[in-house]
Amino acid sequence: MVGVEGSYNDKVIRQFAVMTVVWGVVGMLVGVIIAAQLYWPGLDFDLPWLSYGRLRPLHTNAVIFAFGGSALFATSLYTVQRTCHVRLLSDKLASFIFWGWQLVIVAAAITLPLGLTQGKEYAELEWPIDILITIVWVAYAVLFFGTIAKRKVKHIYVANWFYGAYIITIALLHVVNNLAIPAGWFKSYSIYSGSVDAMVQWWYGHNAVGFFLTTAFLGMMYYFVPKQAGRPIYSYRLSIVHFWALIAVYMWAGPHHLQYTALPDWAQSLGMVFSLVLLAPSWGGAINGILTLSGVWYKLRTDPILKFLIVSLSFYMMSTFEGPMMSIKTVNSLSHYTDWTIGHVHSGALGWVAMISIGSIYAMLPRLLNLPKMYSIKLIDTHFWLHTIGLVVYIASMWIAGVTQGLMWRATDPENGTLVYSFVEALNATKPYYLFRLGGGLIVLSGMLVMGWNVFKTFRLAAASTAPQPLLPPDAADARA
Amino acid sequence: MVPGLITAALLLIFVVGCIWLWLPRHKPALDEAAQMPLDDDREEQA
Repeated sequence: MVGVEGSYNDKVIRQFAVMTVVWGVVGMLVGVIIAAQLYWPGLDFDLPWLSYGRLRPLHTNAVIFAFGGSALFATSLYTVQRTCHVRLLSDKLASFIFWGWQLVIVAAAITLPLGLTQGKEYAELEWPIDILITIVWVAYAVLFFGTIAKRKVKHIYVANWFYGAYIITIALLHVVNNLAIPAGWFKSYSIYSGSVDAMVQWWYGHNAVGFFLTTAFLGMMYYFVPKQAGRPIYSYRLSIVHFWALIAVYMWAGPHHLQYTALPDWAQSLGMVFSLVLLAPSWGGAINGILTLSGVWYKLRTDPILKFLIVSLSFYMMSTFEGPMMSIKTVNSLSHYTDWTIGHVHSGALGWVAMISIGSIYAMLPRLLNLPKMYSIKLIDTHFWLHTIGLVVYIASMWIAGVTQGLMWRATDPENGTLVYSFVEALNATKPYYLFRLGGGLIVLSGMLVMGWNVFKTFRLAAASTAPQPLLPPDAADARA
Repeated sequence: MVPGLITAALLLIFVVGCIWLWLPRHKPALDEAAQMPLDDDREEQA
Protein backbone atom coordinates (compact mmCIF):
# COMPACT_ATOMS: atom_id res chain seq x y z
CA MET A 1 0.00 0.00 0.00
CA VAL A 2 1.45 3.35 -1.02
CA GLY A 3 1.50 6.01 1.66
CA VAL A 4 -1.58 8.22 1.43
CA GLU A 5 -1.89 11.64 3.03
CA GLY A 6 -4.50 11.52 5.74
CA SER A 7 -4.36 7.81 6.48
CA TYR A 8 -2.48 5.50 8.83
CA ASN A 9 0.57 3.52 7.76
CA ASP A 10 -0.84 0.05 8.32
CA LYS A 11 1.42 -1.71 5.82
CA VAL A 12 4.31 -2.04 8.28
CA ILE A 13 1.90 -3.20 10.99
CA ARG A 14 0.44 -5.93 8.77
CA GLN A 15 4.00 -7.04 7.92
CA PHE A 16 5.03 -7.26 11.56
CA ALA A 17 1.73 -8.93 12.51
CA VAL A 18 2.25 -11.68 9.94
CA MET A 19 5.87 -12.17 11.00
CA THR A 20 4.74 -12.43 14.62
CA VAL A 21 2.82 -15.56 13.68
CA VAL A 22 5.59 -16.91 11.42
CA TRP A 23 8.34 -16.42 14.03
CA GLY A 24 6.01 -17.70 16.76
CA VAL A 25 5.66 -20.99 14.90
CA VAL A 26 9.40 -21.18 14.11
CA GLY A 27 10.54 -20.24 17.63
CA MET A 28 8.18 -22.67 19.34
CA LEU A 29 9.10 -25.42 16.86
CA VAL A 30 12.77 -25.03 17.83
CA GLY A 31 11.62 -25.15 21.48
CA VAL A 32 9.81 -28.44 20.82
CA ILE A 33 12.90 -29.85 19.08
CA ILE A 34 15.20 -29.08 22.01
CA ALA A 35 12.59 -30.37 24.47
CA ALA A 36 12.64 -33.62 22.48
CA GLN A 37 16.46 -33.63 22.57
CA LEU A 38 16.39 -33.46 26.36
CA TYR A 39 14.31 -36.66 26.39
CA TRP A 40 16.00 -38.33 23.41
CA PRO A 41 19.57 -36.94 23.36
CA GLY A 42 20.36 -38.75 20.10
CA LEU A 43 18.11 -36.34 18.23
CA ASP A 44 21.07 -34.04 17.57
CA PHE A 45 22.29 -36.76 15.13
CA ASP A 46 25.85 -35.90 16.23
CA LEU A 47 25.68 -32.76 14.11
CA PRO A 48 27.20 -29.77 15.92
CA TRP A 49 24.75 -27.24 14.48
CA LEU A 50 21.83 -29.31 15.79
CA SER A 51 23.29 -29.63 19.28
CA TYR A 52 21.21 -28.46 22.23
CA GLY A 53 23.77 -25.82 23.23
CA ARG A 54 23.41 -24.08 19.87
CA LEU A 55 19.68 -24.54 19.33
CA ARG A 56 18.65 -23.36 22.79
CA PRO A 57 19.81 -19.76 22.20
CA LEU A 58 18.18 -19.94 18.78
CA HIS A 59 14.89 -20.82 20.52
CA THR A 60 15.16 -18.02 23.09
CA ASN A 61 16.18 -15.42 20.51
CA ALA A 62 13.41 -16.52 18.14
CA VAL A 63 10.60 -16.41 20.68
CA ILE A 64 11.75 -13.28 22.53
CA PHE A 65 13.13 -11.03 19.79
CA ALA A 66 11.53 -12.43 16.64
CA PHE A 67 8.06 -13.43 17.90
CA GLY A 68 7.75 -11.03 20.86
CA GLY A 69 9.69 -8.26 19.10
CA SER A 70 7.53 -8.41 15.96
CA ALA A 71 4.38 -8.31 18.11
CA LEU A 72 5.74 -5.25 19.91
CA PHE A 73 6.69 -3.43 16.71
CA ALA A 74 3.24 -4.15 15.27
CA THR A 75 1.21 -3.13 18.30
CA SER A 76 3.32 -0.13 19.32
CA LEU A 77 3.20 1.39 15.84
CA TYR A 78 -0.55 0.68 15.66
CA THR A 79 -1.20 2.19 19.08
CA VAL A 80 0.93 5.28 18.62
CA GLN A 81 -0.86 6.19 15.38
CA ARG A 82 -4.39 5.58 16.71
CA THR A 83 -3.85 7.41 20.00
CA CYS A 84 -1.93 10.33 18.46
CA HIS A 85 -4.31 10.66 15.46
CA VAL A 86 -1.39 10.91 13.02
CA ARG A 87 0.37 8.78 10.45
CA LEU A 88 3.83 7.46 11.37
CA LEU A 89 6.63 10.00 11.06
CA SER A 90 8.15 8.33 7.98
CA ASP A 91 7.04 5.42 5.77
CA LYS A 92 10.61 4.81 4.61
CA LEU A 93 11.87 4.62 8.17
CA ALA A 94 9.06 2.19 9.02
CA SER A 95 10.04 0.01 6.08
CA PHE A 96 13.72 0.16 7.08
CA ILE A 97 12.84 -0.98 10.60
CA PHE A 98 10.81 -3.94 9.32
CA TRP A 99 13.45 -5.21 6.91
CA GLY A 100 16.30 -4.36 9.31
CA TRP A 101 14.72 -6.39 12.09
CA GLN A 102 14.06 -9.35 9.79
CA LEU A 103 17.73 -9.19 8.76
CA VAL A 104 18.76 -9.33 12.43
CA ILE A 105 16.58 -12.43 12.92
CA VAL A 106 17.92 -14.19 9.84
CA ALA A 107 21.50 -13.36 10.92
CA ALA A 108 20.73 -14.88 14.33
CA ALA A 109 19.23 -17.98 12.71
CA ILE A 110 22.45 -18.48 10.72
CA THR A 111 25.12 -17.58 13.28
CA LEU A 112 23.72 -19.29 16.39
CA PRO A 113 23.59 -22.83 14.91
CA LEU A 114 27.13 -22.20 13.61
CA GLY A 115 28.20 -21.67 17.21
CA LEU A 116 29.04 -17.98 16.78
CA THR A 117 28.12 -16.50 20.14
CA GLN A 118 29.21 -14.03 22.79
CA GLY A 119 28.10 -16.53 25.43
CA LYS A 120 25.88 -13.98 27.20
CA GLU A 121 22.34 -15.24 27.80
CA TYR A 122 19.76 -13.38 25.66
CA ALA A 123 22.68 -11.34 24.26
CA GLU A 124 24.42 -14.10 22.31
CA LEU A 125 24.64 -12.33 18.97
CA GLU A 126 28.11 -11.25 17.85
CA TRP A 127 29.13 -7.63 17.50
CA PRO A 128 28.28 -6.92 13.82
CA ILE A 129 24.69 -8.02 14.49
CA ASP A 130 24.67 -5.99 17.71
CA ILE A 131 25.56 -2.89 15.70
CA LEU A 132 22.76 -3.63 13.22
CA ILE A 133 20.33 -4.00 16.16
CA THR A 134 21.49 -0.63 17.50
CA ILE A 135 20.92 1.09 14.15
CA VAL A 136 17.44 -0.43 13.75
CA TRP A 137 16.58 0.43 17.33
CA VAL A 138 17.61 4.07 16.99
CA ALA A 139 15.48 4.26 13.83
CA TYR A 140 12.57 2.76 15.82
CA ALA A 141 13.04 5.37 18.57
CA VAL A 142 13.08 8.19 16.00
CA LEU A 143 9.92 6.79 14.36
CA PHE A 144 8.02 6.24 17.62
CA PHE A 145 8.94 9.46 19.41
CA GLY A 146 8.78 11.46 16.18
CA THR A 147 5.20 10.27 15.70
CA ILE A 148 4.38 11.29 19.27
CA ALA A 149 6.00 14.69 18.67
CA LYS A 150 3.69 15.43 15.72
CA ARG A 151 0.55 14.14 17.46
CA LYS A 152 -2.73 15.95 16.97
CA VAL A 153 -4.03 15.40 20.49
CA LYS A 154 -2.65 16.97 23.65
CA HIS A 155 -2.45 13.95 25.93
CA ILE A 156 -0.01 11.09 25.41
CA TYR A 157 -1.99 7.94 26.18
CA VAL A 158 -0.46 5.77 28.91
CA ALA A 159 0.23 2.81 26.60
CA ASN A 160 2.70 5.05 24.74
CA TRP A 161 4.49 5.80 28.01
CA PHE A 162 5.07 2.08 28.53
CA TYR A 163 6.21 1.58 24.93
CA GLY A 164 8.44 4.68 25.20
CA ALA A 165 10.11 3.45 28.41
CA TYR A 166 10.73 0.09 26.75
CA ILE A 167 12.37 1.66 23.69
CA ILE A 168 14.68 3.89 25.75
CA THR A 169 15.64 1.22 28.27
CA ILE A 170 16.31 -1.53 25.75
CA ALA A 171 18.67 0.85 23.90
CA LEU A 172 20.56 1.48 27.14
CA LEU A 173 20.70 -2.19 28.15
CA HIS A 174 21.72 -3.45 24.72
CA VAL A 175 24.56 -0.98 24.28
CA VAL A 176 26.02 -1.30 27.79
CA ASN A 177 25.88 -5.10 28.00
CA ASN A 178 27.31 -5.64 24.51
CA LEU A 179 30.35 -3.38 24.85
CA ALA A 180 33.14 -5.60 23.56
CA ILE A 181 36.49 -5.61 21.81
CA PRO A 182 36.22 -7.28 18.37
CA ALA A 183 38.80 -9.96 17.60
CA GLY A 184 37.62 -10.65 14.06
CA TRP A 185 34.26 -10.51 12.26
CA PHE A 186 32.70 -13.26 14.32
CA LYS A 187 34.52 -13.06 17.63
CA SER A 188 34.70 -10.46 20.37
CA TYR A 189 35.57 -10.19 24.04
CA SER A 190 33.40 -8.37 26.58
CA ILE A 191 35.01 -5.34 28.19
CA TYR A 192 33.79 -6.65 31.56
CA SER A 193 35.22 -9.53 33.56
CA GLY A 194 34.49 -11.59 36.64
CA SER A 195 31.68 -10.53 38.98
CA VAL A 196 31.28 -7.21 37.18
CA ASP A 197 30.61 -9.08 33.95
CA ALA A 198 28.05 -11.26 35.74
CA MET A 199 26.34 -8.25 37.29
CA VAL A 200 26.20 -6.29 34.01
CA GLN A 201 24.88 -9.40 32.24
CA TRP A 202 22.05 -9.90 34.75
CA TRP A 203 21.33 -6.20 35.02
CA TYR A 204 20.73 -6.58 31.29
CA GLY A 205 19.09 -9.99 31.55
CA HIS A 206 16.55 -9.12 34.17
CA ASN A 207 15.72 -5.79 32.58
CA ALA A 208 15.24 -7.56 29.27
CA VAL A 209 12.51 -9.38 31.22
CA GLY A 210 11.42 -6.17 32.91
CA PHE A 211 11.33 -3.79 30.00
CA PHE A 212 11.13 -6.01 26.90
CA LEU A 213 8.88 -8.76 28.25
CA THR A 214 6.89 -6.75 30.79
CA THR A 215 6.77 -2.98 30.32
CA ALA A 216 6.25 -3.15 26.57
CA PHE A 217 3.56 -5.82 26.84
CA LEU A 218 1.84 -3.73 29.50
CA GLY A 219 1.63 -1.03 26.82
CA MET A 220 -0.14 -3.64 24.72
CA MET A 221 -2.44 -4.42 27.65
CA TYR A 222 -3.36 -0.76 28.23
CA TYR A 223 -4.51 -0.37 24.63
CA PHE A 224 -5.96 -3.73 23.64
CA VAL A 225 -7.78 -4.78 26.84
CA PRO A 226 -9.93 -1.60 26.89
CA LYS A 227 -10.32 -1.86 23.11
CA GLN A 228 -11.56 -5.44 23.15
CA ALA A 229 -13.68 -4.96 26.28
CA GLY A 230 -15.22 -1.81 24.78
CA ARG A 231 -14.60 0.05 28.02
CA PRO A 232 -11.92 2.46 29.24
CA ILE A 233 -9.24 1.12 31.59
CA TYR A 234 -10.58 0.58 35.13
CA SER A 235 -8.48 3.38 36.65
CA TYR A 236 -6.42 5.74 34.52
CA ARG A 237 -4.89 7.17 37.69
CA LEU A 238 -3.71 3.72 38.74
CA SER A 239 -2.17 3.22 35.30
CA ILE A 240 0.02 6.31 35.82
CA VAL A 241 1.08 5.22 39.31
CA HIS A 242 1.69 1.73 37.87
CA PHE A 243 4.03 3.20 35.24
CA TRP A 244 6.20 5.25 37.60
CA ALA A 245 6.34 2.59 40.30
CA LEU A 246 7.29 -0.13 37.84
CA ILE A 247 10.06 1.74 36.05
CA ALA A 248 11.49 3.04 39.33
CA VAL A 249 11.83 -0.43 40.84
CA TYR A 250 12.50 -2.85 37.98
CA MET A 251 16.01 -1.60 37.22
CA TRP A 252 17.38 -2.86 40.57
CA ALA A 253 16.14 -6.44 40.66
CA GLY A 254 18.84 -8.05 38.46
CA PRO A 255 21.11 -9.34 41.26
CA HIS A 256 18.47 -11.95 42.22
CA HIS A 257 19.86 -13.98 39.28
CA LEU A 258 23.16 -14.18 41.17
CA GLN A 259 22.16 -15.34 44.66
CA TYR A 260 24.90 -17.27 46.44
CA THR A 261 27.55 -16.33 43.86
CA ALA A 262 30.70 -14.19 44.04
CA LEU A 263 28.54 -11.06 43.91
CA PRO A 264 28.77 -9.05 47.16
CA ASP A 265 26.15 -10.20 49.66
CA TRP A 266 24.62 -6.71 50.00
CA ALA A 267 23.98 -6.60 46.26
CA GLN A 268 22.24 -9.99 46.41
CA SER A 269 20.01 -8.76 49.26
CA LEU A 270 19.30 -5.54 47.37
CA GLY A 271 18.14 -7.54 44.36
CA MET A 272 15.92 -9.66 46.57
CA VAL A 273 14.30 -6.66 48.31
CA PHE A 274 13.59 -4.81 45.05
CA SER A 275 12.15 -8.01 43.59
CA LEU A 276 9.76 -8.28 46.53
CA VAL A 277 8.75 -4.61 46.19
CA LEU A 278 7.98 -5.28 42.52
CA LEU A 279 4.99 -7.36 43.52
CA ALA A 280 3.02 -4.19 44.33
CA PRO A 281 3.16 -2.41 40.95
CA SER A 282 2.91 -5.69 39.07
CA TRP A 283 -0.30 -6.75 40.77
CA GLY A 284 -1.65 -3.20 40.80
CA GLY A 285 -1.31 -3.02 37.03
CA ALA A 286 -2.70 -6.50 36.42
CA ILE A 287 -5.72 -5.85 38.64
CA ASN A 288 -6.27 -2.59 36.76
CA GLY A 289 -6.41 -4.58 33.52
CA ILE A 290 -8.65 -7.33 34.84
CA LEU A 291 -11.12 -4.94 36.53
CA THR A 292 -11.59 -3.22 33.18
CA LEU A 293 -14.06 -6.03 32.60
CA SER A 294 -16.22 -4.86 35.52
CA GLY A 295 -19.78 -4.91 34.25
CA VAL A 296 -18.93 -6.82 31.07
CA TRP A 297 -17.65 -10.09 32.47
CA TYR A 298 -20.25 -11.89 30.35
CA LYS A 299 -18.13 -11.06 27.27
CA LEU A 300 -15.63 -13.71 28.40
CA ARG A 301 -18.23 -16.37 27.56
CA THR A 302 -18.35 -15.48 23.91
CA ASP A 303 -15.14 -13.64 23.07
CA PRO A 304 -12.04 -15.88 22.94
CA ILE A 305 -9.84 -12.85 22.15
CA LEU A 306 -10.82 -11.35 25.49
CA LYS A 307 -10.13 -14.73 27.10
CA PHE A 308 -6.58 -14.62 25.72
CA LEU A 309 -6.09 -11.09 27.08
CA ILE A 310 -7.54 -11.69 30.53
CA VAL A 311 -5.96 -15.11 31.07
CA SER A 312 -2.62 -13.54 30.07
CA LEU A 313 -3.07 -11.14 32.98
CA SER A 314 -3.80 -14.07 35.30
CA PHE A 315 -0.53 -15.66 34.26
CA TYR A 316 1.18 -12.28 34.67
CA MET A 317 -0.06 -12.14 38.27
CA MET A 318 0.98 -15.71 38.89
CA SER A 319 4.49 -15.28 37.52
CA THR A 320 4.99 -11.91 39.24
CA PHE A 321 4.12 -13.60 42.52
CA GLU A 322 6.34 -16.57 41.78
CA GLY A 323 9.31 -14.43 40.65
CA PRO A 324 9.66 -12.39 43.85
CA MET A 325 9.15 -15.56 45.88
CA MET A 326 11.97 -17.28 43.99
CA SER A 327 14.22 -14.26 44.57
CA ILE A 328 14.07 -14.82 48.35
CA LYS A 329 17.45 -16.30 49.16
CA THR A 330 16.17 -19.34 51.05
CA VAL A 331 13.69 -20.20 48.28
CA ASN A 332 16.35 -19.48 45.66
CA SER A 333 18.69 -21.98 47.29
CA LEU A 334 16.11 -24.64 46.40
CA SER A 335 14.92 -23.35 43.04
CA HIS A 336 18.02 -21.97 41.34
CA TYR A 337 19.58 -24.00 38.52
CA THR A 338 16.57 -26.36 38.55
CA ASP A 339 13.71 -26.79 36.07
CA TRP A 340 11.50 -24.73 38.39
CA THR A 341 13.17 -21.70 36.80
CA ILE A 342 12.26 -23.06 33.35
CA GLY A 343 8.66 -23.49 34.51
CA HIS A 344 8.60 -19.93 35.87
CA VAL A 345 10.03 -18.47 32.67
CA HIS A 346 7.46 -20.27 30.51
CA SER A 347 4.61 -19.25 32.80
CA GLY A 348 5.70 -15.67 32.05
CA ALA A 349 6.66 -16.15 28.40
CA LEU A 350 3.87 -18.44 27.17
CA GLY A 351 1.28 -17.36 29.72
CA TRP A 352 1.74 -13.61 29.86
CA VAL A 353 3.79 -12.53 26.82
CA ALA A 354 2.49 -14.98 24.21
CA MET A 355 -1.15 -14.80 25.27
CA ILE A 356 -1.32 -10.99 25.38
CA SER A 357 0.47 -10.90 21.99
CA ILE A 358 -1.79 -13.49 20.40
CA GLY A 359 -4.91 -11.80 21.79
CA SER A 360 -3.74 -8.39 20.55
CA ILE A 361 -2.91 -9.71 17.06
CA TYR A 362 -6.36 -11.34 16.84
CA ALA A 363 -7.93 -8.05 18.00
CA MET A 364 -5.88 -5.88 15.65
CA LEU A 365 -5.81 -7.90 12.43
CA PRO A 366 -9.47 -7.55 11.36
CA ARG A 367 -9.26 -3.81 12.01
CA LEU A 368 -6.12 -3.61 9.86
CA LEU A 369 -7.89 -5.45 7.07
CA ASN A 370 -11.24 -3.61 7.26
CA LEU A 371 -12.98 -6.81 8.27
CA PRO A 372 -15.59 -7.16 11.03
CA LYS A 373 -13.80 -10.16 12.55
CA MET A 374 -11.24 -12.91 12.02
CA TYR A 375 -12.01 -15.73 9.55
CA SER A 376 -13.05 -18.08 12.36
CA ILE A 377 -13.90 -17.19 15.98
CA LYS A 378 -14.23 -20.90 16.72
CA LEU A 379 -10.61 -21.46 15.68
CA ILE A 380 -9.54 -18.66 18.05
CA ASP A 381 -11.36 -20.50 20.82
CA THR A 382 -9.66 -23.75 19.81
CA HIS A 383 -6.31 -21.95 19.90
CA PHE A 384 -7.09 -20.54 23.34
CA TRP A 385 -7.77 -23.97 24.81
CA LEU A 386 -4.80 -25.64 23.08
CA HIS A 387 -2.50 -22.88 24.34
CA THR A 388 -3.87 -22.93 27.88
CA ILE A 389 -3.86 -26.72 28.28
CA GLY A 390 -0.40 -27.08 26.69
CA LEU A 391 0.96 -24.36 28.93
CA VAL A 392 -0.44 -25.84 32.13
CA VAL A 393 1.01 -29.27 31.24
CA TYR A 394 4.36 -27.61 30.52
CA ILE A 395 4.70 -25.53 33.66
CA ALA A 396 3.26 -28.16 36.03
CA SER A 397 5.77 -30.75 34.79
CA MET A 398 8.64 -28.28 35.18
CA TRP A 399 7.52 -27.32 38.69
CA ILE A 400 7.50 -30.96 39.77
CA ALA A 401 10.81 -31.68 38.03
CA GLY A 402 12.40 -28.54 39.50
CA VAL A 403 11.37 -29.15 43.10
CA THR A 404 12.43 -32.79 42.77
CA GLN A 405 15.87 -31.72 41.51
CA GLY A 406 16.26 -29.09 44.23
CA LEU A 407 15.38 -31.53 47.00
CA MET A 408 17.59 -34.32 45.65
CA TRP A 409 20.60 -32.05 45.08
CA ARG A 410 20.51 -30.68 48.63
CA ALA A 411 19.82 -33.97 50.42
CA THR A 412 22.76 -34.90 52.67
CA ASP A 413 23.41 -37.86 54.91
CA PRO A 414 23.12 -36.62 58.51
CA GLU A 415 25.69 -39.21 59.61
CA ASN A 416 28.60 -37.98 57.52
CA GLY A 417 27.39 -34.96 55.51
CA THR A 418 27.85 -36.60 52.11
CA LEU A 419 25.37 -36.14 49.29
CA VAL A 420 22.58 -38.72 49.26
CA TYR A 421 22.02 -38.66 45.50
CA SER A 422 24.37 -38.44 42.55
CA PHE A 423 23.52 -35.98 39.76
CA VAL A 424 22.48 -38.75 37.40
CA GLU A 425 19.97 -40.09 39.96
CA ALA A 426 18.28 -36.68 40.04
CA LEU A 427 18.32 -36.63 36.24
CA ASN A 428 16.64 -40.03 36.10
CA ALA A 429 13.99 -38.91 38.57
CA THR A 430 13.05 -35.92 36.42
CA LYS A 431 13.19 -37.62 33.02
CA PRO A 432 9.47 -38.55 32.82
CA TYR A 433 8.53 -34.90 33.31
CA TYR A 434 10.61 -33.98 30.27
CA LEU A 435 8.22 -36.08 28.21
CA PHE A 436 5.24 -34.21 29.68
CA ARG A 437 7.01 -30.93 28.91
CA LEU A 438 7.49 -32.02 25.31
CA GLY A 439 3.79 -32.91 25.11
CA GLY A 440 2.78 -29.52 26.53
CA GLY A 441 5.06 -27.74 24.06
CA LEU A 442 3.60 -29.72 21.15
CA ILE A 443 0.07 -28.72 22.16
CA VAL A 444 1.09 -25.04 22.35
CA LEU A 445 2.79 -25.31 18.94
CA SER A 446 -0.33 -26.90 17.43
CA GLY A 447 -2.29 -23.88 18.69
CA MET A 448 0.12 -21.56 16.86
CA LEU A 449 -0.41 -23.56 13.66
CA VAL A 450 -4.18 -23.10 14.09
CA MET A 451 -3.51 -19.38 14.42
CA GLY A 452 -1.39 -19.43 11.26
CA TRP A 453 -4.23 -21.04 9.32
CA ASN A 454 -6.79 -18.55 10.72
CA VAL A 455 -4.56 -15.58 9.86
CA PHE A 456 -3.93 -16.94 6.35
CA LYS A 457 -7.68 -17.37 5.71
CA THR A 458 -8.39 -13.92 7.13
CA PHE A 459 -5.91 -12.36 4.70
CA ARG A 460 -7.57 -14.29 1.86
CA LEU A 461 -10.94 -12.84 2.92
CA ALA A 462 -9.48 -9.36 2.98
CA ALA A 463 -7.66 -9.49 -0.33
CA ALA A 464 -9.82 -6.72 -1.78
CA SER A 465 -10.38 -4.59 1.29
CA THR A 466 -7.05 -3.22 2.44
CA ALA A 467 -7.91 0.37 1.62
CA PRO A 468 -6.04 3.00 3.67
CA GLN A 469 -7.79 3.94 6.89
CA PRO A 470 -8.43 7.65 7.45
CA LEU A 471 -6.86 9.50 10.35
CA LEU A 472 -9.02 10.46 13.30
CA PRO A 473 -9.79 14.17 13.63
CA PRO A 474 -7.23 16.16 15.67
CA ASP A 475 -9.31 16.10 18.81
CA ALA A 476 -11.68 13.20 19.24
CA ALA A 477 -13.62 15.10 21.93
CA ASP A 478 -14.62 17.67 19.30
CA ALA A 479 -15.59 14.92 16.90
CA ARG A 480 -17.91 13.35 19.44
CA ALA A 481 -19.60 16.65 20.33
CA MET B 1 23.63 9.92 54.58
CA VAL B 2 23.29 11.53 51.15
CA PRO B 3 21.98 8.37 49.41
CA GLY B 4 19.44 8.00 52.22
CA LEU B 5 18.25 11.58 51.76
CA ILE B 6 17.98 11.09 48.00
CA THR B 7 15.94 7.90 48.52
CA ALA B 8 13.65 9.68 50.98
CA ALA B 9 13.23 12.61 48.58
CA LEU B 10 12.35 10.29 45.70
CA LEU B 11 9.82 8.47 47.88
CA LEU B 12 8.31 11.80 48.90
CA ILE B 13 8.05 12.89 45.25
CA PHE B 14 6.24 9.63 44.47
CA VAL B 15 3.73 10.15 47.31
CA VAL B 16 3.16 13.80 46.36
CA GLY B 17 2.68 12.73 42.74
CA CYS B 18 0.02 10.20 43.78
CA ILE B 19 -1.81 12.81 45.86
CA TRP B 20 -1.64 15.30 42.98
CA LEU B 21 -3.03 12.68 40.62
CA TRP B 22 -6.02 11.99 42.86
CA LEU B 23 -7.01 15.67 43.20
CA PRO B 24 -10.67 15.86 42.10
CA ARG B 25 -9.96 18.59 39.56
CA HIS B 26 -7.91 16.18 37.43
CA LYS B 27 -10.68 13.61 37.12
CA PRO B 28 -12.43 14.97 33.97
CA ALA B 29 -9.18 15.19 31.97
CA LEU B 30 -8.08 11.71 33.06
CA ASP B 31 -11.49 10.21 32.27
CA GLU B 32 -11.26 11.77 28.82
CA ALA B 33 -7.73 10.40 28.35
CA ALA B 34 -8.91 6.91 29.31
CA GLN B 35 -11.32 6.97 26.35
CA MET B 36 -8.50 7.29 23.79
CA PRO B 37 -8.30 3.61 22.74
CA LEU B 38 -12.04 3.70 22.02
CA ASP B 39 -11.97 6.85 19.87
CA ASP B 40 -11.83 5.14 16.48
CA ASP B 41 -14.68 2.74 17.36
CA ARG B 42 -16.80 5.75 18.36
CA GLU B 43 -15.90 7.45 15.08
CA GLU B 44 -17.06 4.41 13.14
CA GLN B 45 -20.34 4.29 15.08
CA ALA B 46 -20.88 8.03 14.52
